[in-house]
Amino acid sequence: MNAALLIGGCAVATAVLKAIGPIALGGRELPLWVTSVIVLLAPALLAALVFTQAFAEGKDLAVGAETAGVVAGGLVAWRSGSIVACVIVAAVLTATLRAL
Amino acid sequence: MRTESARRAFRQGLREGAPFAIAGFVLAVSFGVIAREAGLSAVATIVMSLVMFAGAAQFTAIAIIGGGGTVGAAIGASALMNSRFLPMGAALGPSLPGGPFKRAAQGQAVVDASWALAGRGDGTFDRWLLFGASAAQYLTWQLGTIAGALGGDLLGDPDKLGLDAIYPAFFLGLLLAEARTLRAAGVAVLGAGIALALVPVAPPGVPILVSSLAALVGLTRSAQTAVAEAQAREQEREREHVLEREREARERAAR
Repeated sequence: MNAALLIGGCAVATAVLKAIGPIALGGRELPLWVTSVIVLLAPALLAALVFTQAFAEGKDLAVGAETAGVVAGGLVAWRSGSIVACVIVAAVLTATLRAL
Repeated sequence: MRTESARRAFRQGLREGAPFAIAGFVLAVSFGVIAREAGLSAVATIVMSLVMFAGAAQFTAIAIIGGGGTVGAAIGASALMNSRFLPMGAALGPSLPGGPFKRAAQGQAVVDASWALAGRGDGTFDRWLLFGASAAQYLTWQLGTIAGALGGDLLGDPDKLGLDAIYPAFFLGLLLAEARTLRAAGVAVLGAGIALALVPVAPPGVPILVSSLAALVGLTRSAQTAVAEAQAREQEREREHVLEREREARERAAR
């Protein structure tokens, strides 16, 4: 294994992927339809992050202790509006279920 | 940092990023351990975190190397894992000032939790909050990697602590707070559906990238009308603010 190539390649790919959006879409007034799509990127990406992390294990769809933790955290956020409480409940319940 | 409000946002970012900095430390320790086991030297492991700062992609690359894969496969898989930074960067871009190089440099601060924290819920982002949240996480990511690469397995399996539930729970909490309109909620459901449908068939990372297509709902006439109305309200607020300040200045001058 060539560690320098691995690290250099991964670092360059990461930097390029992070740079493309800001280069392409900054520094000018955007047409309404672009802004309208951008506003909705957040709910689409947040939902995808939640579900791929809570319901998938590699390439398998799976329900585990973290799924229960995330669902419980979501209920807390829904009822109390507190994201801190949501995260704490999720981590504690997940850890407890795994310790059983 | 030029203004007081920028400093305030940076400090707020540090504070709000702190829980993810703590979780990131524990994950980075386990990254350090796994990277050494996969055959990287301690120095290479530490340098990888310094120049990459992308947790999921680093774990992906190391998993492929550890499993006997080629360097090219590891780079490709980590790039796919990071492909979500394309839509995240696109959303952030309009909120960044300066020329293309400056914007590209500022875009390097994006990691999931910071990007989510910095979003104002109206499509714009607070860049100083983003920088603050990422600074806190960058620091502990390096400290954790060094601890894991040199000190080994001090903390045990991070999954035992329930840390893998922290990020999705946080994103869910934000989503519930942000997706107040029927349209945003619908886009969230669509994005989740696309991602879950692709998990069994696409390489890791790709489902999140493709889920951003759900935002194309924004092309509908009703979505564009809603954005135009929100922009008009914002301009109205700003105009009132300016008038208010002018009035105050006149009153001061009169006294």
